[in-house]
Formats: sequence, C-alpha cells, structure tokens
Amino acid sequence: MNWLFVVVGAAVGAPLRYLTDRAARARFGPDFPWGTFLVNAVGSFLLGLLAGTVSGRAYLLLGTGLCGALTTYSTFSYETLKLYEDGAKRHAVLNVAGSLAAGLAAVWLGVWTAGLF
Amino acid sequence: MGLRRLHGLRGPRGVRLELPVVVAVSVGGALGATARYGAGLLWPSPEGTFPWTTFTVNVTGCALLGVLMVLVMEKPTEWSSAPPHPLLRPFLGTGFCGGFTTFSTYALETERLLSGSDPTRGLLYLGGTVLTALAGVRAGVTVTRAVWRRAGSARAAAREREGRV
Repeated sequence: MNWLFVVVGAAVGAPLRYLTDRAARARFGPDFPWGTFLVNAVGSFLLGLLAGTVSGRAYLLLGTGLCGALTTYSTFSYETLKLYEDGAKRHAVLNVAGSLAAGLAAVWLGVWTAGLF
Repeated sequence: MGLRRLHGLRGPRGVRLELPVVVAVSVGGALGATARYGAGLLWPSPEGTFPWTTFTVNVTGCALLGVLMVLVMEKPTEWSSAPPHPLLRPFLGTGFCGGFTTFSTYALETERLLSGSDPTRGLLYLGGTVLTALAGVRAGVTVTRAVWRRAGSARAAAREREGRV
C-alpha cells in the first residue's frame, strides 16, 4: 500500500508544478524558464526540510511523491536545450548554473532548518 | 455549476486553466512518480554510494521527453492528418516525464555526498547527472528528428513512385 502515498503526493505535486509554470509565464514572459527554476528550488528546500523531520509513509507522501513530482529534471533539461537551440546560449548556461546553485543552496537550507527543531 | 464553468477556471493573474489538462498532468505525474518509486525499490542505492537509480531515472526521463517533444510539438501534422490529442503532451510530458524525473532528490543526494565523507563523489554526481541528462535530451531530440527525416523522404519517394504509375 506504500505506493498509494507516492501516488497521492505526486497527483498534487505535478499539477502544482504545471500551475506554477503557467503563472510564471504570465508574470515573467517566456524568455527564461522561471517556473521550473522556482519549483525546483522550492521542492529542494522542502525535501531537505522533510529528510530530517519525517520518515515512513509521511516521507513517501510528501518527499517521494509531492517533492519528487513538484520538481523535474526532464523539463529543466529540455528547456535548457531549447534556450541553446534558439540562440540564447547565455540563458542556457545561466539556467544550468543558477538551477544547480539554487537547488543545492535550498536543500542545504532545508536540512539546516530541520536541524533547528 | 455549469460544465463550461467547471472546465475553465482562472488561475493566478487571470490565466485560464483547463481542468482536463490539470487532471492529465496529475494522473501522468502520479504514474511517473510511481515508476520512480518502483525503480528505487528494485535498485536501491545504499547511503554514501553513487546514486545510480536517481541518475538513471533522470537521464532516461530526459531522453524520453526529447523524443516526445519532437513527435508532439514539432511533427504533429506529419504523422497523421489528425493533430495529436491536446492532452497527450500534458499527460506524457509535463505529467509522466515530469513526475518520473526529480530535481529535489538529486539535490538532496548531492548535499549528502558533499557534506559526508565523499565530497568527490558528490561533485561527480552533481556534474555527471547534469551533463548526461543534457546529452540525453539532446540525443532524444536529434535521433527522433533524424529518424523522422528519413521516414519522411521514404514516404515522399513512395508517393512519387505511385504518381508515376
């Protein structure tokens, strides 16, 4: 039955990513993939926070399911490739460097915050 | 509430959001995440070792999305007279591939390796994943475009032969 917790978490996380992306596109325009950047950073922070505080089925629901589906590697890679192919090479490099830096900083911040409790 | 109202809801900043698309992303994402969870059960990566399972899941998902985006976004009118179903991309791309691959677990595993006893392995995982994933999505896109071009010229040649008869 454990997989059901993953299903429920992901069924919420994936549309949250889609809606964030839509909102980011409406707000910031299509030039830079801010939506994916944002969900990846926020999801990484949340997972760092969860890793030190919950376990078992709560982790499957919120970590593996919700954070796993909220964040994405495939869209991040595809958007980077599209930026590169469309001639925005600086943006492509910035997207990779920025996403990695933000993701790592966010997860570290989450782990650190969890350590306070 | 009328069906029309139920289908179109307003999101942040008045963006019109189609309920069927949201549901397609949700179902696809749940399937993708379950596949990722299953891969983790089948091939668990012990703490402190190179996280091969997340690595493989992410690279595979990237290649898959590359193939899919060419088929659905670039060549939709070429493979049949009917355009692809409008829910195909949200279900398979945003949903399945998005839910299958994960950035947060990648970030957490990197952080654990970097702050643990093996920072070299952490750096290798950090850089190795991003380079292989980008190569994967590029391979997916390039190979699908090439196969499509060859299939397209074969179809054109067949049409030409038929035309001469």
